[in-house]
This record gives sequence, structure tokens and C-alpha cells, in this order.
Amino acid sequence: MKVLIPGALRSYTDSAQTEADGATLAEVVAALDLQYPGIAFRMVDEQGRIRRHIRFFVDGQPVHDLGRPADPQGELVIVQALSGG
Amino acid sequence: MNPPRDTAGPVTLLVATRKGAWLYHGDAARRTWQVDGPHFLGHVISHLVLDPRDGRTLLAAARTGHLGPTIFRSTDFGRNWTEVARPPAFAKAEGGAGRSVDHTFWLTPGHASEPGVWYAGTSPQGLFRSEDGGVSWAPCSAINDDPQYRKWMGTVQDGTPDGPKLHSIVIDPRDPAHMYMAMSGGGVHESFDAGRSFAPLIDGLKVVDGFDVNDATFHDPHCIRLCPGNPDRLYQQNHCGLFRLDRPATRWRHIGGGMPAEVGDIGFPMVVHPRDPDIAWVFPMDGTSVWPRTSPGGRPAVFITRDGGERWQRQDAGLPAEQAWWTVKRQAMTADSQPSVGLYLGTTSGELWASTDEGAHWCCIARHLPDIYAVEVAEPADR
Repeated sequence: MKVLIPGALRSYTDSAQTEADGATLAEVVAALDLQYPGIAFRMVDEQGRIRRHIRFFVDGQPVHDLGRPADPQGELVIVQALSGG
Repeated sequence: MNPPRDTAGPVTLLVATRKGAWLYHGDAARRTWQVDGPHFLGHVISHLVLDPRDGRTLLAAARTGHLGPTIFRSTDFGRNWTEVARPPAFAKAEGGAGRSVDHTFWLTPGHASEPGVWYAGTSPQGLFRSEDGGVSWAPCSAINDDPQYRKWMGTVQDGTPDGPKLHSIVIDPRDPAHMYMAMSGGGVHESFDAGRSFAPLIDGLKVVDGFDVNDATFHDPHCIRLCPGNPDRLYQQNHCGLFRLDRPATRWRHIGGGMPAEVGDIGFPMVVHPRDPDIAWVFPMDGTSVWPRTSPGGRPAVFITRDGGERWQRQDAGLPAEQAWWTVKRQAMTADSQPSVGLYLGTTSGELWASTDEGAHWCCIARHLPDIYAVEVAEPADR
């Protein structure tokens, strides 16, 4: 599926957009990490939880469950919230 | 702390801040400093430490805005950096109830006889060990997963404002298996088997009035240092004052009674002399009422003891005389091991101060940095 990468994570990908596939979103994240080692842990903690200020949107809808099936034709947008000074 | 040395050599200050890291390379006299940075601009750097065993490997504990924590590693004294393969992370627990590392707070190189070994302390409290120079980290289950230790750690609600921490990982220079560590909160603990098991070392310490002094949960050690000149001597800056322990005794002794009453003996950093175990320095802060955590009265000062903590003398020459409301965090004050010992401190207002005469006189060597979290000395033999 198409994956849009936020600015804070482009040090890993060197681009705003990439492709990664898997049966579930967790597998998509794992596939991203194979391509870009280290990127997964910045977004998902060691217990498999999406980190507090990271948001995943699939085809425009917020997703909190990484066990959800991933559509190869879909689009995953990863968003990093910013707050504070 | 670097090994004691008898001759002057190059000193570099490793400055970790809320928004990046800087290296300040000193000249031979430690009068002028060449700035190298920022490194990792925008990253929260909790600790930046040199491996004294090779004199060129640096580890930086990083967190980036709202991204997860990681560690960056340089093998050429900061010219190039790579992210490590497996940063500290807790073991995965079934049912989603496990903890996650918010940030790595403390880095300690292992014993001189164990090149490649490092220890890390995290927030929330966790102990991790690397055997490959910091590239990959394994959790120490004797601490991280032990039910008694988890109870002593309390919850995130029980911790310091920036999260409860495991810190002050101290390796006995005579024995790689003998180590100390401290938790805020959770007390001081000791291991004789390289971290496979620990036991509390809290006898004689104080806790906040009304709590059980025998329960490690209520102990809040701020910083512990071992004296290179006598590895049987430990100094501690605690939430409830200053303490000293001379092994093999197991009872800490309060040594803050000699501090001026209007200053008190509350603070965060603890610094020891590289050779003389009777000399140590602290940087007191205002721990009254709501804990302003500023310099008492807005008048910053270092205090030195030359007799193991019986008496303390104020050292403020060169520091602001009034209306200076910054303070110094627990990792942000340190000493070098030059013949005339240099002291260095970084402030919460982003100033870097130095003394080349053991605290007698101070000068500001950098201003306008972000909030300084840690200052370490690097004294590489050859670079």
C-alpha cells in the first residue's frame, strides 16, 4: 500500500512517500522497518502500541488497531502531532 | 568519570540539551573552547557519553518530539553518527499491559576489562545492558520484570515531573560484577553479579516525613557517585539531603548538616574529585515550600567539602551575585581529571560554566543554549 511519511521520519526514507505491504497494518509497519531500519520503533512501542502522538489514517479514517487488515490498494498516512515549545 | 590522570591533556565537554547536543573542545589551558554543533538539532538528548576505553566512541540517548526513543552512536568522536540497531526496549508482555521506554536517561560505559559493555537506565525505570558497544541492548529482567522491583518503582504518577528514572549506574573499578544503581523513585540498589540480581542499599537514608523509611518505594536518590580515589566511598545527593557511605558498611551517613541553614542540602548533582575522596562538590537548590528548584535566593553557588562532608564552603566567584534563578540538573555538573581539576556545569537557562581551579573561580563559556540536561567530560588520550 502507499504510505505517506511525516517530515520527522523522512531521515529514514528520504522521501515523503513509499510503498509497503502486509496482511495487517502491523505487517506493513514491519515491512517499513525492513526497508528503513529503526523507523518502526519511533512510531510503535515495544508492546505494539502506536505511540502517543503518532496517528495512523487509512484511506482518510483514523486507525488505532494495528491488527486491522491492510488493503494493498489503500493509502496509509502517518501523522506526527506537534505541541509545546 | 574518566580514569585519573597526572598530566594535562585535551578536554572536550559533551553537552546534552532539550534540543540537541554540542561538543566544546578546549585548548590546553581550558581557556578557549571551540564549539562543535548542534548535533541532532531538535532532538531531546538526555545524555551524551564517551567510551573511555577507546577514546572515540560516543553514545547519545535521544528522543525526538513525539517519536519514540533511540540511541545514536559515533565511532569517530562525533564526526559521523548512526542510529543503533536495537535501542533499549522492555520485554513484550502478553495482553498489552507491558511498559514502554519513554526515553533512555542515563548511559554508563562498562568496566575497563569489558570493552563493548554499556549499561543504560531509562524512564520509566529500567536497566539495560549492551555487549556490542551500544549497538543492541538487552533488558535486565532482574530489575525490569521482578515483581518486588516493579512495586518499588511505583507508577508514572509517583515519579519526577519528567517521568520516573533509573540512573546513577556505577561500576566498581575493581570488579566488573559489582555495581550500584538508583531509581527516582525506588531507592539505591547493589549487585554483585553483574546485574543478575540486586538488593536495596537504603539503610540510613531519609524519606519525606510520614512515609516508611524501610520501604524503597519512598526513597528518592538524585545522584550517586563513587570516588575513583577510594572506590569504597560513595557520595549521594538525595531528595532528603546529602549522604556518604564507606564500604563495607551498609549504612549511609547524613553529611548535609554542615551546609548553611539558609541554603540547605537539597539539590540534584553530586561531583567527586578524581583523586581525593575527601573532596566533593554539590550545587544546592531551593527545596522549600513548593520546591521552586532554583538557586536559593537567586544566588547560584557551588559548595565544596574537603573533609568528606563534615564542612562545606561556598564557591561563587564569577557566578551571578543575584537575580539568577537557574539551577543544575543531576547529570549537568561534572569534573575532569586534570592536575588542577576542572569543574563544569550546565544550567536550566542554557549557560555552560567552567572552573579550572577546583571551583574557586567560575567563567561562563557558552550562553543561549537550550535547557541543559547533561554535561560530561571527554578526555580522549589521542584524537
